[in-house]
Amino acid sequence: MRIEEKVKRESRRDPEFARWVRSVAGGEDIRRCIQCGACSSACQLSSYMDYTPRRIINLAREGFKKEVLGSFTIWLCASCYACRAQCPKEIKITDIMYALKRRAIREGTYPARFPTAVMAKEFANMIFSRGRVTENYLVTMLFLKTNWFKFLGMSRLGLGLLRAGRMSFFPDSVKNRSEIKTILNAVDGK
Amino acid sequence: MKYLYYPGCSLKGTGRAYEESWLEVSKALGVELEEIEDWNCCGSTPYMGVDEVKSLALAGRNFALAERQGGMDIIAPCSACYLSLNKTNHVLNDYPELRAKVDSALGSAGLKYSGRIKVRHPLDVILNDVGVDKVKKLVKKPLGLKLAAYYGCQITRPYSDFDDPVRPVSMDKLMEAAGAKPVPYSMKTKCCGGSITGTVPEAALELACSLLKEAVKRGADAMVTPCPLCQFNLDGYQDRISKKYGKTEMPVLYFTQALGLAFGISPEKLGINRCLASAEKILEISR
Repeated sequence: MRIEEKVKRESRRDPEFARWVRSVAGGEDIRRCIQCGACSSACQLSSYMDYTPRRIINLAREGFKKEVLGSFTIWLCASCYACRAQCPKEIKITDIMYALKRRAIREGTYPARFPTAVMAKEFANMIFSRGRVTENYLVTMLFLKTNWFKFLGMSRLGLGLLRAGRMSFFPDSVKNRSEIKTILNAVDGK
Repeated sequence: MKYLYYPGCSLKGTGRAYEESWLEVSKALGVELEEIEDWNCCGSTPYMGVDEVKSLALAGRNFALAERQGGMDIIAPCSACYLSLNKTNHVLNDYPELRAKVDSALGSAGLKYSGRIKVRHPLDVILNDVGVDKVKKLVKKPLGLKLAAYYGCQITRPYSDFDDPVRPVSMDKLMEAAGAKPVPYSMKTKCCGGSITGTVPEAALELACSLLKEAVKRGADAMVTPCPLCQFNLDGYQDRISKKYGKTEMPVLYFTQALGLAFGISPEKLGINRCLASAEKILEISR
């Protein structure tokens, strides 16, 4: 076991990161948080998180960048908005989670091969090339890039979907694929 | 009543029974639909976690196409689409600097969006535009079932303006009109796990499981839902949930399928055979 200090020291704060959190769409009200924990109790997945939503909000606004961007928490958020609906200070917690995900992807700090992050990236790739998402293709890509062994465990579900006619044999696509690429490239200044 | 229709990817994929039943039901109700020509993915839940402006621009393209097609209200039956499209409208109105970036991205493809198209859900349209009275008149085979109406998250919050974010009632009302008896179901808007069931099943399956068990405990004959991902998690994974947490038998239908059955539309046309779990119970229901 590695001995690690469990107290977060002020000297390890990254004020720049804290400023950035306040600047993102949805992050403007983060300093209103009273640490009541309504978000954590509303969250159906908080019991699986390394930091509960209440703690993530606290760490993020104080600037503990490494903890926040390396956490499993942001990738366990299913975007159900329960936290936001319960927050007495009307903080847009789900939008903050999204901003943290984006930053973790940009900086490559998400837990290695963590499936939710990999899926988000594959999802974006599929849209760039086709403009639409075909679920069974997306799932196949996800397992190939994370844990192909788990894919075998999905065969029963796959067979069921196939029999029920819920599989797509060809990936769906928009007609005007170049328009999608033009729009997405324009965002990158290309 | 004429609307633009945004099906979204799921309704063309694993959730095609939702589209099949929704189209049948809307026809019966006199809701005229015109599909948005060459629509693209709304960005859904994952894209916002990758790139904010691109996610908004993707939704924006659909709006721009919709405006060209007349700019009527858009009906988006999938919860993720309903949310992403509504969210885009809100963000574009609230954050001018993001709006400028989206406008310029759309502009590079010769597209333009005013920010004024309304996004509606079928539940909203059926209750508030068509009306319960008309629904009641169309019922030929009252359902006579005990149903747990499960709404899921993204149509009820944070942008919904037609129902309560925690204790919605619209689907219960509709099922009552179709001759069913909605059971008290306290987990109406609890998360089903969303796409986390696919990525981290060890955490999310338990969520779907507790939803099913609660419906069993309340004595429901079936669950009804307005979301393709909820239906997939509760129906498609029911087999795995049964193995891991004990046998669970609970048919999970789209609310449009239940409504269609009450209207006397044949189960084949409603895609009832596409349900994976509890096939026998479903046959019994649809008789």
